[in-house]
Amino acid sequence: MSEHGDNQEGEGAAGGQTEEPESAAWQAAHLLAEEAALVAETSEGAQELLPRGTTGAPDLRREVGAVLRLPEGNYIDPGDIDIERRDDQTMIINMGPQHPSTHGVLRLMLELDGETVLRTKPIIGYLHTGMEKTAEELTYVQGCTNVTRMDYLAPLHNELVFSLATEALLDVEVPPRAVWIRMLMAELNRVSSHLMWMATNGMDLGSTSMMIYGFREREMVLSFFEKTTGLRMNHNFIRPGGVAADLPDGWQDDIEVICDTVLARTFEYDELLTGQPIFRERTEAVGNLSAEEALALSVTGPILRSTGVPWDLRRTMPYLAYDKLDFDVIVGTYGDNFDRYSVRLNEIRESIKMVRQISEMMPPGDYRVQDRKVTPPPRARIDESMEALIHHFKIFTEGFRVPEGEVYVAIESPRGELGCYMVSDGTSKPYRMHIRGPSFVNLQVLPVLLRGGLMADAVAVISSVDPVMGEVDR
Amino acid sequence: MPDRLVDQLAFPGRDTYQRMVAAFRDAGFESCADLCAVDYLTHPGRSLPAGVTAERFEVVVNLLSLSMRQRVRIRVQVPESDPVLDSLVDIYPGTDSMEREAFDMVGIIFTGHPDLTRILMPEEWEGHPLRKDYGVGRVPVQFKEAPGPR
Repeated sequence: MSEHGDNQEGEGAAGGQTEEPESAAWQAAHLLAEEAALVAETSEGAQELLPRGTTGAPDLRREVGAVLRLPEGNYIDPGDIDIERRDDQTMIINMGPQHPSTHGVLRLMLELDGETVLRTKPIIGYLHTGMEKTAEELTYVQGCTNVTRMDYLAPLHNELVFSLATEALLDVEVPPRAVWIRMLMAELNRVSSHLMWMATNGMDLGSTSMMIYGFREREMVLSFFEKTTGLRMNHNFIRPGGVAADLPDGWQDDIEVICDTVLARTFEYDELLTGQPIFRERTEAVGNLSAEEALALSVTGPILRSTGVPWDLRRTMPYLAYDKLDFDVIVGTYGDNFDRYSVRLNEIRESIKMVRQISEMMPPGDYRVQDRKVTPPPRARIDESMEALIHHFKIFTEGFRVPEGEVYVAIESPRGELGCYMVSDGTSKPYRMHIRGPSFVNLQVLPVLLRGGLMADAVAVISSVDPVMGEVDR
Repeated sequence: MPDRLVDQLAFPGRDTYQRMVAAFRDAGFESCADLCAVDYLTHPGRSLPAGVTAERFEVVVNLLSLSMRQRVRIRVQVPESDPVLDSLVDIYPGTDSMEREAFDMVGIIFTGHPDLTRILMPEEWEGHPLRKDYGVGRVPVQFKEAPGPR
């Protein structure tokens, strides 16, 4: 053995044997180079979490404190942070982007000390399709089909915020029935989105039956969407100027069935999960967040409410006709996984309460603005009226012109504040359309939630943040 | 436009931007809802209040006050020759990802940001996609079947 090794070394040092590229040393070197090229090709470079050895002390303090870059450093003194841990005591592991529990293509790099998570860095962008750039190429009429694909679990909210922003620039008043149909669909969408979350969260915690139940109930809501809009997802139903169609005949009966069934089943979930000791052990006091941290990190939605801040745009800055509805804003106390779970479960019940009220109070009338510059004429009119034909042609080729201006509109999506910042230069296409995705911003709390926790809880914590990667990456 | 959508607007200069945001924070704006950048290359004649010179880039910050139920929108002009702006991360830690996105998409450099890397595009990507001169459609898309080998 040693003889052989010596021989090879000797050969290498002498620089001979170049005419024999099949030698073991040459092959090993070749493999290494290939591997290095492969690593370089797939690496995200500086976006990744760097090992301790190559990170300087100030950077490390900052990264560890993270995670808690809070104003005035009132929560963590950089000097107190233990950065003395040696590189060989900790381990950086990679999770995702194909990990089944990261809800899409989220990639996390975690630094572990044994089983304890120290630093975390979410790396995103694997689903980036340039939707904001695409929006600049599409007219306002076409824009809805683009934005609806962002948050694919709450497509109607995306359409809603886009339409509200366009209407604000156009200064168009939408008829009451359209407003109430929008509200009905948005609340049903919140129910379906939260049900989906309950399902995947159950799955992540090992409660497979919850996954089946959640999907079963969500299917009822999706069937209603299919009946109303023609599609189960990506509806393009809420459009600038109103909604695409009136509600189908007998919609009130369908709503009644959905409300009764889903409400009754939320109490079954209580028995299945809420009171179950294993579920509580795994969720209570896991991934705690304080209200100050949540506000500093711009967190919104159920995560913010779980920390005890009663902030719900439907109540605090009402849009549509939410000020006419009677509902409660659900808040938690500790901001742990269990609070986030119970906030969402109870929001399903509140949404059902709202859907019932909307169903009773639905006003009659038009379901879209009768302004031929914004909404296309009815199909039958095109055959009889030249003017209608021209309007129809204009809307679908050129679109309508929107006055110059800029506006920021925000609504409460199932995941938090969904904002749309729209700039118009007076043409029929948005000059700039920026979507403030709640998942994108909420992902910033992951390092805070995971720090100091166990690796085994990481999956539960990621799930409780409820990120939708379509919206994160846009 | 509905009343609730008419926000307060503020147009600070680049030198006073950070101090103004800090003043708003101290005045009760607890959270920074949104931060994004706009490239006004092909729309220079937008309306701005007197005294504000239009530059190519604009960084738009939406602050939110939960206690007063108010929003304020801060618009800063950033020149093309020197697209640099102070970072807000020390004031609102939540702007971390948003500033990285603005850097990635429009190419605004935020000084004082602890980790200004690309966030949506791959690290070695060239150019900033949301700039107006980025060139969409540079790569031709083949719609019909490519001619076969024969």
